[in-house]
Amino acid sequence: MADHHDVLTMPHDQLEELQLAGIQKTLVDCYERVEFYHKLYDEAGFNPYSLTSLADLQHVPFTTKQDLRDNYPYGMFAVPKSDVREIHMSSGTTGIATVGAYTEHDLEIWGDCFARGIQFARGGVDDICHVCYGYGLFTGGLGAHYGGIAAGCMTIPMSAGNTERQIRVLREMGSTIICCTPSYAMHIADTAIAMGLDPTRDFKLRAGIHGAEAFSDNFRRELEHKLNYHVLDVYGLTETMGPGVAIECWEQDGLHLAEDHFYAEIIDPETGKVLPDGEWGELVLTTVDRQATPVVRYRTRDITRIIPGECACGRTHRRIDRLQGRTDDMLIIRGVNVFPSQIEDVMKTFPQVASWYQIELTRKAHLDVVTLKVEVNPDFDFDQIRAIEALQRDIAGRLKTALSVGIQVRLVEPKTIARSEGKAKRVVDLREGVH
Amino acid sequence: MIEQLTVFLENSEGRLAALTRALANDDVNMTALTIAETSDYGLVRIICNDVNHAIDVLEREGFRATKTKVLAVELPNRPGALADLLEVISELDVNIEYGYCFSAAGEMAVDVLKLSGNEQTVAVASLRRAGYHLLTPEDVM
Repeated sequence: MADHHDVLTMPHDQLEELQLAGIQKTLVDCYERVEFYHKLYDEAGFNPYSLTSLADLQHVPFTTKQDLRDNYPYGMFAVPKSDVREIHMSSGTTGIATVGAYTEHDLEIWGDCFARGIQFARGGVDDICHVCYGYGLFTGGLGAHYGGIAAGCMTIPMSAGNTERQIRVLREMGSTIICCTPSYAMHIADTAIAMGLDPTRDFKLRAGIHGAEAFSDNFRRELEHKLNYHVLDVYGLTETMGPGVAIECWEQDGLHLAEDHFYAEIIDPETGKVLPDGEWGELVLTTVDRQATPVVRYRTRDITRIIPGECACGRTHRRIDRLQGRTDDMLIIRGVNVFPSQIEDVMKTFPQVASWYQIELTRKAHLDVVTLKVEVNPDFDFDQIRAIEALQRDIAGRLKTALSVGIQVRLVEPKTIARSEGKAKRVVDLREGVH
Repeated sequence: MIEQLTVFLENSEGRLAALTRALANDDVNMTALTIAETSDYGLVRIICNDVNHAIDVLEREGFRATKTKVLAVELPNRPGALADLLEVISELDVNIEYGYCFSAAGEMAVDVLKLSGNEQTVAVASLRRAGYHLLTPEDVM
């Protein structure tokens, strides 16, 4: 791995020069190579060749998830397909995915960004990096994998699931750094304890790089207590790259943005106005040197703030605070993005149930359990339990296909789903450790 | 055939009491009640004097109720009477979805059976030919 010492501690004004040069090129590339941006800037009367300061960027129109979806599958590519080495996808409300594409250079950046997390965890060539994020279209698995390799670690591509095997490998290989969702780390810890092991002695973990879902400080402390290691929060999204956009350092005092690759703004989600450092709002990201699918002022919908001042670790890259939620109704279930409207679309195809439904999120053995409660319709002939069970199974099956997440379906009596002012409360989040 | 009232109930405290109270308040008289339960919900099956009225009452009170045609067969109150009946049905190659018994006055018992699909009508004729007395809606009024 290249020594990041210089770029991570360079004076912030130099970093800004680097960002400005990168974004100037990004704007031109987007305008000249991506029809969407060409139209967007022409219609807004914005001249992409005119950017002279980072502050000017606040006059550039936003890009949204819907824009990416509208241009599925190849519309957002700024390079020929022959230059693309890999793609990832994240799910969308209507089942149409958003696509992130990577050139060789983009993959290198990604590996480097995640490798910083391993560096922040004081890791390197002597470490064994155990990756149990899911591998596949989800960016978690391969992002951490490339990071492990870039950091020089012996990298184990476990993927998620088969917890007993995870535990065996953690013990026998002596993994020192684990990358997965925080809830899965807790599940591994609890399963190991239930098997009669003492993870603080039987595992050799030093650090965990956990992200893709929110977790509280209490949850972090419990993890650190059970696994006797140091937990670092990692942030990222497919639309801008994947995990590694920002990662906590050992200080656990905010996530350092990879500012040499991403420019961050915090905006008021209502007015779109840029907010000063320290104020909470929606994170907007611009890629500085992404080649395949650059984004300009992408609205992440994630709520955070820029932490003012410098970090005790001495690195100059600004930090975002741990996420405080979203400006839309997206749920993150087992690391997968789910919109209630996706569930609604499936429910509409079942006349046996009413449109009243409620999604209840709970945790069982630290894994998310989603229960969908739906009210039985009067014209459904529910006289036999077999009919009810078959209906529940059918709905669950259809949801699994649409969302890639297992959901338990429970039929309930009419009018038992709480309505406030005639509108049902769609989501009840009873998960511990998320807030 | 007679009509049975089926009510979908969640497994929570007091729901069955609320259901029976709602029926009582509107003068619905029950002859039989049986519960099929799962961990999350139950189906309460009721034979009562006015099914349509009962459904109106229950829907008004926020319950989900439906009616289902079932066979109600009168049997002598002696060992083997049910086995005899079930053998007749078995010979017809008809599946029984569920069933329950309730005793009527004195010598006779009544058995309620729900047969699968559209086979009930055929079974009614066969059982009558075999000498069984099937209750009509008037019998349970």
